[in-house]
Amino acid sequence: MGKECEELTEQETAIYDRQIRVWGVDAQRRLSKSHIFVSGLKGTVVEFCKNIVLAGVGSLTLNDDRFVTEELLSANFLVPSDQNVTRGKSLAELCCESPKDFNPMVSVSVNLPLIFLGDLASFDVEFFQKFDAVVISCCSLLTKKSVNAKCRKLPRRVAFDHVECRDSCGEIFVDLQNYSYSKKKNEETIECQLHYPSFEEATEVPWRSLPKRMSKLYFAMRVIERFEVLEKRNPIDTSADDLPNVLKLRKELCEAQWINESQIPDSLLERLLASKHEFPPVCAIVGGVLGQEVIKAISGKGDPLKNFFFFDATDGKVIIEDISNVNS
Amino acid sequence: MASEEQLAAIKGAKVLMVGAGGIGCELLKTLALSGFEDIHIIDMDTIEVSNLNRQFLFRQKHVGQSKAKVAREAVLKFRPHIRITPYHANVKDPDFNVDFFKQFNVVLNGLDNLDARRHVNRLCLASGVPLVESGTTGFLGQVTVHVKGKTECYECQPKPAPKTYPVCTITSTPSKFVHCIVWAKDLLFTKLFGDKNQDNDLNVRSTDASSSSEHAEDVFERRADEDIEQYGRRIYDHVFGYNIEVALRNEETWKNRNRPRPLYTKDVLPPQPVEQNGNKDKASKTCDPTSVSAMAYLGLKNPQDLWSLKENSEVFLEALKLFFLKREKEIGQLGFDKDDQLAVEFVTSAANIRAASFGIPLHSLFEAKGIAGNIVHAVATTNAIIAGLIVLEAMKVLQNDVKSYRMTYCLEHSSRKMLLMPVEPFEPNKSCYVCSETPLTLEINTHRSKLRDFVEKVVKAKLGMSLPLIMHGVALLYEVGDDLEEDEVANYAANLDKVLSELPSPVTGGTILTVEDLQQELKCSINIKHREEFDEEKEPDEMVLSGWTPALAAEKKTKTSDNGPSSSNASQAVQPEPEDDDELEIILKDPEILSAGNKRKLSDISNTADSEVSRVTGEMQTKSHVEEDDTHTDTIMIDGNSDISKKKRVQ
Repeated sequence: MGKECEELTEQETAIYDRQIRVWGVDAQRRLSKSHIFVSGLKGTVVEFCKNIVLAGVGSLTLNDDRFVTEELLSANFLVPSDQNVTRGKSLAELCCESPKDFNPMVSVSVNLPLIFLGDLASFDVEFFQKFDAVVISCCSLLTKKSVNAKCRKLPRRVAFDHVECRDSCGEIFVDLQNYSYSKKKNEETIECQLHYPSFEEATEVPWRSLPKRMSKLYFAMRVIERFEVLEKRNPIDTSADDLPNVLKLRKELCEAQWINESQIPDSLLERLLASKHEFPPVCAIVGGVLGQEVIKAISGKGDPLKNFFFFDATDGKVIIEDISNVNS
Repeated sequence: MASEEQLAAIKGAKVLMVGAGGIGCELLKTLALSGFEDIHIIDMDTIEVSNLNRQFLFRQKHVGQSKAKVAREAVLKFRPHIRITPYHANVKDPDFNVDFFKQFNVVLNGLDNLDARRHVNRLCLASGVPLVESGTTGFLGQVTVHVKGKTECYECQPKPAPKTYPVCTITSTPSKFVHCIVWAKDLLFTKLFGDKNQDNDLNVRSTDASSSSEHAEDVFERRADEDIEQYGRRIYDHVFGYNIEVALRNEETWKNRNRPRPLYTKDVLPPQPVEQNGNKDKASKTCDPTSVSAMAYLGLKNPQDLWSLKENSEVFLEALKLFFLKREKEIGQLGFDKDDQLAVEFVTSAANIRAASFGIPLHSLFEAKGIAGNIVHAVATTNAIIAGLIVLEAMKVLQNDVKSYRMTYCLEHSSRKMLLMPVEPFEPNKSCYVCSETPLTLEINTHRSKLRDFVEKVVKAKLGMSLPLIMHGVALLYEVGDDLEEDEVANYAANLDKVLSELPSPVTGGTILTVEDLQQELKCSINIKHREEFDEEKEPDEMVLSGWTPALAAEKKTKTSDNGPSSSNASQAVQPEPEDDDELEIILKDPEILSAGNKRKLSDISNTADSEVSRVTGEMQTKSHVEEDDTHTDTIMIDGNSDISKKKRVQ
């Protein structure tokens, strides 16, 4: 790092002292210049927002124009419980004030209401240009693919993350495109390179070519994702009543993909379908991991996750899968 | 989402949180969101600026206020209808006794020091309340579950202790920067600004003791008519020049070591400026004692910069001068404090000058502060993850779902399939002196060691008792408490200064002592074995306690950053600093998990688990465990899914 780099202010040095001791001044500087976009402000993303604001990013842009319901707030600690405050405002507007308080050095703002921009899937490529990381949740399969593809079209690398928590399970998908970073190994700093597939590419990898011990959650999430598309459901708008139809879909998909249906247990699907409320401890864990991954992506330090992360609180298992097209 | 049974268990539960810091803030938030309605929280600390990067319930305006109270207010804003009871107090206060603990269904620890952790463990054992214990350092962390009779207690396995160094390494033969820090902080700083009467040996050990002792008499005292600049230079020349010359005379010491270079101000700095008054005027412009800074005065701005020997020497003289000019009243009672800017500057410069003399690489103020202040690296994300895991375990405990209990270790990198490592809890250690009643054995010279040594070095330091009572048969040898009669107090005070064999009820080889802490409801027997001689270097306390799980001398390494302290030995300082605001101490028992693997299952490591596991453990263990690790790890059972349930070597 050259002298030309801006130095951290005295205030930054004092506040960030403990974390500078973890990732260094250089990483802290990069963080403070980074811009993050988040969409879908449920519990896990709210946790993520807190983490990234505390870490000291430059700016955070919130996107979610849903009106507040009790369900939406079940794992939200950014919105004060005062009913008068919550009336008539979008979720993003309501979530905007607390993070400013957590760290006044971060600029936190609400994205223009979607009536001007349309659905997240219809945002144009240029919209994403100003961000270093785009984190989305609570959206359709189409939106995931479309936002991811737009991030990949930009001349400079924009990190893309998708996160979803259902019941006591969580999934994170990471796309850092062509990514180089440094890590310390045996006291030496070595440069590493990783090539990521897009969400579309990753999820098109034939199931039968995946490792035998692939996380069951991966398949289950894909089945439900497809179900939502076929039924034209809003994201995460399913219930236990959907189980028979989902089981039928599972059968079709498993046959088409040549895998055994036992890879996707009924009980797992049922849990994932039935749960509307979030499970706060899982939001904290998954939101914490996501925060660390975005910090790594921005600072260029440490091994990043490639490219799927799964957590299930019922057995405490964390599984990281690298699902890339065999040809690439 | 939680099931109906879970929700019922959560709603009816009364939980005690100990600690409202990094983990505590995250934990209180997650508990409240999860539906817990009756939470008590104990924390003696007040909020500091360096907490704000992760303790998100606190704001700049709260600096100086009680953590427990401010945390409560902040959480009530988004969950107003729950009951949070804050205590701005030390968990070791007698008010928090066994009866107090008994009202809770589970105790959740988010503590920052071994002492308090042991105390809470004992009270949980005594009251039969399950304990969920946790800790983080940087990206590493762990959550463990301790339920009496079902799982091991917090003290069943060895714990890391602050590293100590042989006296002569510090006084004569430093080889690492941390040795110079300890010398600067505990010897020089204390000698100049702290208690003058402390018996520390600042003068290099020399075979020729008589010549230096005379010199040492008053060398640190400022002479009546001595100019402050002159005084500073004289101290400098004495500790960095003369003392090194004396040490060099002892040829034996330097046979296999690099010889240090004596440093004198005349060689490092330009001659003393004539117009000292000018300097004094400039220095006296700052008025607030906490903002007095030698760095600022010398125009050194960036605490990350490495200062040259000349700059360090200037900071040394300036800091010393500022103490005498600006903070004279405090001299004689100062102790090192990592939040005292001038003290950090003084210690940094003194350590660096000594390092230069011994050919040890110099360090920046930022790094030196981390080492001297035992500063623990901390980030919000790890604390959030750990807090989530604590709540998951708390829910299992409340439902008495013993089979599902897990200890979970949070790893740094996700390069393989691992990031969180769940492990089945271990059974209680049958020879644990805390949760079983196994007697201890103490080898000690009963004709030389005093009762005071026994109380301080064994009962307090090793057994972690705060209010000990010591009995020999039915005879009381020692006791503390508020309700003692004056003559009893005098009697016990007199006993402290007696050697063991001359106590009213003499303690000799074969004696069995009973040591008890009434508050902790912990009682243990100690078999005394008389021993004449001890190894000065290996057994400096002149006593050896066995049957007790000794602390591993943990040498933690942090390899996260280029700028982080390269030798960030958070646990390496002579004195533990329990008031430190961070979450200390990763539990270093991973080697045991691995080496005793044939009966314990690492239940959830997927098939590619490999270097991450051994790396974490490798990093956290002492050398002696490395070999063990190698020979035993292949016996670990990997409980995979149906298709892979074979033994897997974790290396």
